[in-house]
Amino acid sequence: MIELRDVWRTYQVGSSQVHALRGLDLAIAGGDYLAIAGPSGSGKSTLLNVIGCLDRPTAGHYIFRGRAVEEMSESERTAMRQQDIGFVFQFFHLLARLTAQANVELPMLFAGVARAERHQRAADALQAVGLAARAHHRPDQLSGGERQRVAIARAVVMKPALVLADEPTGNLDRSSALEVMNLLEAMNAAGQTLVLVTHDPQLAARARRRVRMDDGAIVERS
Amino acid sequence: MGIGDVIGFAVGALRGHRLRTALSVAGVAVGIAAVVALTALGEGARGYVVREFMSLGSNLLIVLPGKVETTGGMPYGGTTHDLTLDDFRELARRIPGVSRAAPIATGTETVRFGSRGRSAPVIGSTVELLEVRRLEVASGRFLAPGDPEAGGSEVVLGVEVASELFGTSNPLGEVVRIGDWRYRVVGVLAPHGRSFVGFNFDDVVVIPVQTAMRMFNRASLFRILLEMESADHLDEGKRAVLELMHDRHRVDDVTVITQDAVVETFSSILGVLTLVLVAIASISLSVAGIGIMNVMLVAVAERRREIGLLRAVGAGTGQILAVFLTEAAVLAAIGGLVGLVGGWLAVRAFVRVYPSFPATTPAWAVAAALAVAVGVGVVFGTLPARRAARLDPVRALQGR
Repeated sequence: MIELRDVWRTYQVGSSQVHALRGLDLAIAGGDYLAIAGPSGSGKSTLLNVIGCLDRPTAGHYIFRGRAVEEMSESERTAMRQQDIGFVFQFFHLLARLTAQANVELPMLFAGVARAERHQRAADALQAVGLAARAHHRPDQLSGGERQRVAIARAVVMKPALVLADEPTGNLDRSSALEVMNLLEAMNAAGQTLVLVTHDPQLAARARRRVRMDDGAIVERS
Repeated sequence: MGIGDVIGFAVGALRGHRLRTALSVAGVAVGIAAVVALTALGEGARGYVVREFMSLGSNLLIVLPGKVETTGGMPYGGTTHDLTLDDFRELARRIPGVSRAAPIATGTETVRFGSRGRSAPVIGSTVELLEVRRLEVASGRFLAPGDPEAGGSEVVLGVEVASELFGTSNPLGEVVRIGDWRYRVVGVLAPHGRSFVGFNFDDVVVIPVQTAMRMFNRASLFRILLEMESADHLDEGKRAVLELMHDRHRVDDVTVITQDAVVETFSSILGVLTLVLVAIASISLSVAGIGIMNVMLVAVAERRREIGLLRAVGAGTGQILAVFLTEAAVLAAIGGLVGLVGGWLAVRAFVRVYPSFPATTPAWAVAAALAVAVGVGVVFGTLPARRAARLDPVRALQGR
């Protein structure tokens, strides 16, 4: 489904160039469960942002479902984020002023889904993460684990082919983290491609495939 | 994403920052309230002046001696003939379309009754003045009809003069002295209200015109008022008056002004004044606009993570632009509505204090105020909204 060939991502920091990704090659099949591990600053998040079309590679090829992403326009990549990709972040990124329900509805709001359908699908997604009873709570009335489950419902409500999770348990206690991982893995088991970024080797060990990054390159594949 | 969804999202965001929203709403509201109130007062002033002039009588031609324009050539500015009662009679009889005519001779003299005296303008005229100037008699009668040259020694008192001289007792039939002359009181005028153009008819005495001219030893009338049958006769009447007076005096030495021309001049002067007031008030609107821009810039800076998230879940740059622009417009529109209510209340309060002042907010001002408010929001919201739309999603998510 995804193929990265010789991908570079270079930042200009002052007068010097910093290579966040150095000629990286990676392929991810549909339904795969891949963990990207490595120390902080190794380029894991940059790689995830490139895969998620939030960031553009400086050089190299990125093929998503047979299409060259580097040739796409901004609006085409926006459409990809909307339809094909779901993000789960370490810091949840829920809008504090919106209820859980409204937060889950956000992607559909910008995708132009009709109000009634929006409502129904968000309710279903919250049901799927076990938070139907908390639908009308705001994020500050929810626990960390619950917030991340709301974020997962938001990530999958558009039924994307690919879910990208960036340290999804980094801000959670052990039992909440386990719940969140079980949820993500259950969705992967149901066919959704899952890419997980983590610096925790124990979490990475749960994935079907693992790559370890260091200094912008993949140093180990298993 | 329909317009309803965009507005709903924008309103939600504004409600999330109540104090900030309230302050920038207040900024716009003050500006709009000022525009509305000043427009109402300006329009009111115009209405007031027009009404005052109309109360002098309508379709009037006013003939005065002397030429307004400067005529060169002759030393001492040429000859000016008197405007006589003969002229008046000829004008009244020969000008087509005249329905009523009244001569006016004036002077100031002390009116005495017993030990009390009051200095008052004395108007010499005829019975027609009553209708031409829309006066009313409270008690007794006005001047007797008849030949204007007949004179007579009867007087009609303005209501203020009557109450100053006679207090609560009935002045009818009493004899007052004006200067060295004695007059019998035949009537008292009804209160006419203070008129800031022309005479205050509450504080005058009216005597027959011939008597007035003799008393003040004047050969010329002060004015001749010609009331025309309709406004259509005004131009034609004015030409006919000038022609007739030229025939009689052999020179152009009278000036004819029409009531409408005076009203129109005042009306346009006050219209300009209103515009100036509105322009001044608009400055506060632009200040409010800058306030909106400031608030929106702060909002964009504070909500970088939100913007990053929206981009990540598939919001396009156009949608981000629309959301923030709508937020600014909604902010301004709410301010506009609040300002309309505030301005309306201010006008109401003003009218309560000065009931005779016809201050009303014209409908066009209401519509314009709202349109301007939203326009201000859009114009001043554009820069922040563009900044929001241009944020790099990755950096925005990190709050950078």
